[in-house]
Amino acid sequence: MVHYIVRRLLYFIPTLIMVYTVTFLLMRAAPGSPFIQERGMPEEVLEARRKHYYVDRPVYQYFRFAWDLVSLQGMPSIRYPKRNVVHDILGPAFPVSLSLGICAIGLAVVLGTAAGMASAARPRTLLDYAAMTGAMIGVSQPSFVIATVLMGVFTFVLRWLPVGGWGRPEQIVLPALALSALPAAYIARLVRTGMLEVLSADYIRTARAKGLAEYRVLLDHALRNAWLPVLGFLGPAAAGVFTGSFVIERIFAIPGVGQHFVDAALHRDHPLILASELLYAGLLIVFNLVVDVGYAWLDPRIRYE
Amino acid sequence: MNKDYPISTNEREGQASSAGRPARSPLRLAMRRFRRNGLAMAGLAILTVIVLGSVAGLVWDRAAVARGEPQPYRHQMRGAHPQPPSLSPFHPFGTDKLGRDLLARTLMGGCVSLGVGLSAALVSVLIGTTWGVTAGYAGRGVDTVMMRIVDVLYGLPYMLVIILLLVLFAEQFTWVRMVVLFLAIGSVSWLTMARVVRGQTLALREAEFVQSARAIGAGPARTIVKELLPNLTGTILVCATLTVPLAILQESFLSFLGLGVPPPLASWGTLASDAVTALNPVRACWWLLVFPCVFLGATLLGLNFVGDGLRDALDPRSR
Repeated sequence: MVHYIVRRLLYFIPTLIMVYTVTFLLMRAAPGSPFIQERGMPEEVLEARRKHYYVDRPVYQYFRFAWDLVSLQGMPSIRYPKRNVVHDILGPAFPVSLSLGICAIGLAVVLGTAAGMASAARPRTLLDYAAMTGAMIGVSQPSFVIATVLMGVFTFVLRWLPVGGWGRPEQIVLPALALSALPAAYIARLVRTGMLEVLSADYIRTARAKGLAEYRVLLDHALRNAWLPVLGFLGPAAAGVFTGSFVIERIFAIPGVGQHFVDAALHRDHPLILASELLYAGLLIVFNLVVDVGYAWLDPRIRYE
Repeated sequence: MNKDYPISTNEREGQASSAGRPARSPLRLAMRRFRRNGLAMAGLAILTVIVLGSVAGLVWDRAAVARGEPQPYRHQMRGAHPQPPSLSPFHPFGTDKLGRDLLARTLMGGCVSLGVGLSAALVSVLIGTTWGVTAGYAGRGVDTVMMRIVDVLYGLPYMLVIILLLVLFAEQFTWVRMVVLFLAIGSVSWLTMARVVRGQTLALREAEFVQSARAIGAGPARTIVKELLPNLTGTILVCATLTVPLAILQESFLSFLGLGVPPPLASWGTLASDAVTALNPVRACWWLLVFPCVFLGATLLGLNFVGDGLRDALDPRSR
């Protein structure tokens, strides 16, 4: 088990390096410069600014920024020179996006598993069709459409929930719900398929014959075996939630990391691009690592490959 | 021989002659299973209608160009407000904020969105199949290295790289942006295809007909092309069919961020995101959102049903 974890940890560093390198190359290869708005400035000032951010020395910039980011010192952003990229811009935004993401994934797992289980326990009934219809909606509409409809219903018509922003617990409900729709739909389908398969197995029949209550049979025996594919799906689900968060954060005016990334890319803000890309990549890789370890822990066969 | 899949070409022909009646080829049996699947057939019907509608939209557009009239999907009325659906003037879906007919734009959006989806599926089939078959057939060292690369790429926040790429090309010509968009979305999807194809190749590699082909001296190229690929088509087809809806959804995300299909071209993604940003409690232009989303939802559902149906039809044991 430890052996497996160590092996997985060894992928962490090359993957991060690769992400950083690819981002750096794309960023430098881009047409346009970070200083396009500053054309009116005297040549010397522009030159000094370029030197300050190492724009004229790409190789040095590569290593220097890498060190600044990994050591968490950070560097000033080009667009906002008074703000340090790590401490002032991403620092406050990161916990916001993180909590939104965790809530969305948690909600997706809970809703999806519940819907899938309900469908499998009562196949071909109204409950089954209702749950699968919900799953279909999640899969067939982009999250910003779902977010808009939810906002329309719960904010403008019913007036139960606030329209956006961050800070109070009720402000996380709609964004998390909208973000969780797609993964929840996939999870529901996975759980339903897995449970239907498992429920026809002999050991389930034995459990029922023993006299176990149905909910014990479902939870303790069936779900445990049917849930493994869901764990495998959590990695791509997390990636989807992160990218979906760009859009949801914009709709609900949530001060997360997403807005910074897109803005930085549009304005060629080198430090901020690298910082936010590394942040996302690091987070995703750690999450994948946790999921992989969980997978190996639950299914011993995986460890010995 | 009772199992009907996988089966080599020679086996199938042998079955036909020895049974003395036309053999039910695995393809026929699969098609029969597919036809029996209600949801799958409904999905196919929906997709057919939408594809025909999109083609009709294209024909309408080209006919207008041929007659020298302005193209319906980009013909603006100056100073117009979004109008609700009406029959005279003929705007069955209404108009958007620039006075453009929404029906024409929705049909054009169908062409673009389906185009994005299909090209993404094509790219992912080409790259993913090649990668997966090579890794699966070569085995051992080569396989490990290739799959580790896939694992590392899987952990990349791909969409971020794509967003970066699209931002960098945001000021180029329309067709350049479209090509970059197609390639970018396709490059996200090939990983799953590679994994699935490699798994299937590993399983098929040990089958008897493959081993006998190698025994009579068939080289790797011939074995792959004549024995493995025909049996892989089912898997590839299912994976490709399920890639298209994901590609269309990704395109709609990018369009919401302003990085997707450039104006005046429309896709369902751009139509939906324009509608969302135009929505306000004062003047609710419901038609701007409803019509593109209905088309989008129907297409995505149709694709998912057909994909599931194909998977059930081509390999019922996988259920």
